Amino acid sequence: MVSQKREKSLDVQQMIADKKNKGLGRKAEKLVPTILFITAAVSVLTTIGIVFTLIFETIEFFRRVSFWEYITGTEWLPFAGEPSYGILPLVLGTLKVTGIAIVVAVPLGLAVAIYLSEFASDKVRRVIKPILEVLAGVPTIVYGFFALTFVTPMLQKIFPSLEIFNALSPGLIIGLMILPTIASLSEDALSSVPNAMREGALGLGSTKLEVALKIILPAALSGVLASVVLAMSRAIGETMIVSLAGGSTPLFNFDVTGSIQTMTAYIVQVSTGDAGYGTTIYYSIYAVGFTLFIFTLIMNLIASWISKRFREEY
Amino acid sequence: MVQAIVREEQQTKQEMKVLQNQPRENVYETNNLNLWYGDKHALKDINLNIQENNVTAIIGPSGCGKSTYLKTLNRMVELVPSVRTTGEINYRQRNILDKGYSVEELRTKVGMVFQKPNPFPKSIYDNIAYGPRIHGIKNKKVLDQIVEQSLRGAAIWDEVKDRLHDNAYGLSGGQQQRICIARCLAIEPDVILMDEPTSALDPISTLKVEELVQELKENYSIIIVTHNMQQAARISDKTAFFLNGEVIEFDATDKIFSNPSDKRTEDYVSGRFG
Repeated sequence: MVSQKREKSLDVQQMIADKKNKGLGRKAEKLVPTILFITAAVSVLTTIGIVFTLIFETIEFFRRVSFWEYITGTEWLPFAGEPSYGILPLVLGTLKVTGIAIVVAVPLGLAVAIYLSEFASDKVRRVIKPILEVLAGVPTIVYGFFALTFVTPMLQKIFPSLEIFNALSPGLIIGLMILPTIASLSEDALSSVPNAMREGALGLGSTKLEVALKIILPAALSGVLASVVLAMSRAIGETMIVSLAGGSTPLFNFDVTGSIQTMTAYIVQVSTGDAGYGTTIYYSIYAVGFTLFIFTLIMNLIASWISKRFREEY
Repeated sequence: MVQAIVREEQQTKQEMKVLQNQPRENVYETNNLNLWYGDKHALKDINLNIQENNVTAIIGPSGCGKSTYLKTLNRMVELVPSVRTTGEINYRQRNILDKGYSVEELRTKVGMVFQKPNPFPKSIYDNIAYGPRIHGIKNKKVLDQIVEQSLRGAAIWDEVKDRLHDNAYGLSGGQQQRICIARCLAIEPDVILMDEPTSALDPISTLKVEELVQELKENYSIIIVTHNMQQAARISDKTAFFLNGEVIEFDATDKIFSNPSDKRTEDYVSGRFG
């Protein structure tokens, strides 16, 4: 019976065996993982390369400038006759802008996320989410001249003492720029909380707002905090907006209405200027770049610590 | 607190009625209820009166509308976007399908226990205290008392009293389900709706929940949807048999299981289909 049946039908097993021995199948099976490994290795090697370049040039910088002066000095005057390299004014410039950005972006971003995840109908969500993503895709140079030529003049009408270059305007605009990051990632975190939680809370007579704030937001806290930290590291690394609208005066004060300089803007200033190779100024951009790298590295570590520490089981 | 007083009054009334052999009051009176999910006619002309301090079981094959009916009783069914209803459901003489009836108020009176245990990702204590807290009870001592009382009420106090501040997700499925019952008891509802509360539990946990239901009916009116006919026979006083969105038969549980009037009920309870 069985052998009879085999003769009549197509011999599928034989066809499979033929196919396997022929063609690319077998070779590709071995080759593809190797190619994938090389691709992955390239990105790892690039990172290592960048870090090493940073480290070597930074070491060269610290042969010329004392490390202690660098991390405690409150004057950043690399172009002066008697140059001084105290990083704190640049760090403060970065922190001012980042602080303003976070104050703008966290409440607004969270509000958008909660609205989209808990209140908006499918229809509304389908319209708003792509628009938010467009906001994330605007080139930062556009944000930069928008800050300089539109936001600053507007703010000057409200605060006449505001200088043309200041921390406030780029801070607000960076806030706007990182808002979609917070809104979109937080929305993902909020909507991945199972519906059973919402039903349980609604079943006890909660209003929708109580469910959102007391059940869903705490349950999604790790994702929400991670989105905030990620947005912060984007704000710290932001370059174009602060270069255009922040100015180039590194000052050690807490005034947000006056001109500032951030770490990134200093690097731009030197890179686009005519500092010669091998000068102390040339090496200083590596030291600043390394400092910036440390900052974002810390941010990333905080983000991964948060998502472990606050992970809610459900 | 006010609810407790109201409850006491209701209980005294109840006792008087039992003494005088009066019939129990109806908590729910459903008149000509129809419900559609989009075009699908899920509940057809439902007329059902549910008595207080009873366990009412709703049985029927999958897709017969029993869960839908249960979820209509606290308007949870409205979470489905395209749902539409006609007719009326009177809860304590007021039509809950009226647009003016506040769902939050209704759900404060009518608690619900779900098919899958769904504690919040919080501590055991915070799970139980959630309900009282959102309704404005903030006093720590009062909350402590409510938490203990509710956990005792759900027969789980002894198992969790030493780890009230641990995450509720560290408990077993059966314990989680009793936490959800305790969470429901914490606001002292009038009615408890249970949607196949033991279908995700092992036999021993199921037994514990069933015993609990027996105790709870002293103080609460319980409506339970179940797939398990033995369960309905064991724990309920009255049973409604649903089929294709209609109530085929509604009677004392003994009668439904020993001497049903309708042929279809008989076929179902004797296991010929479903």
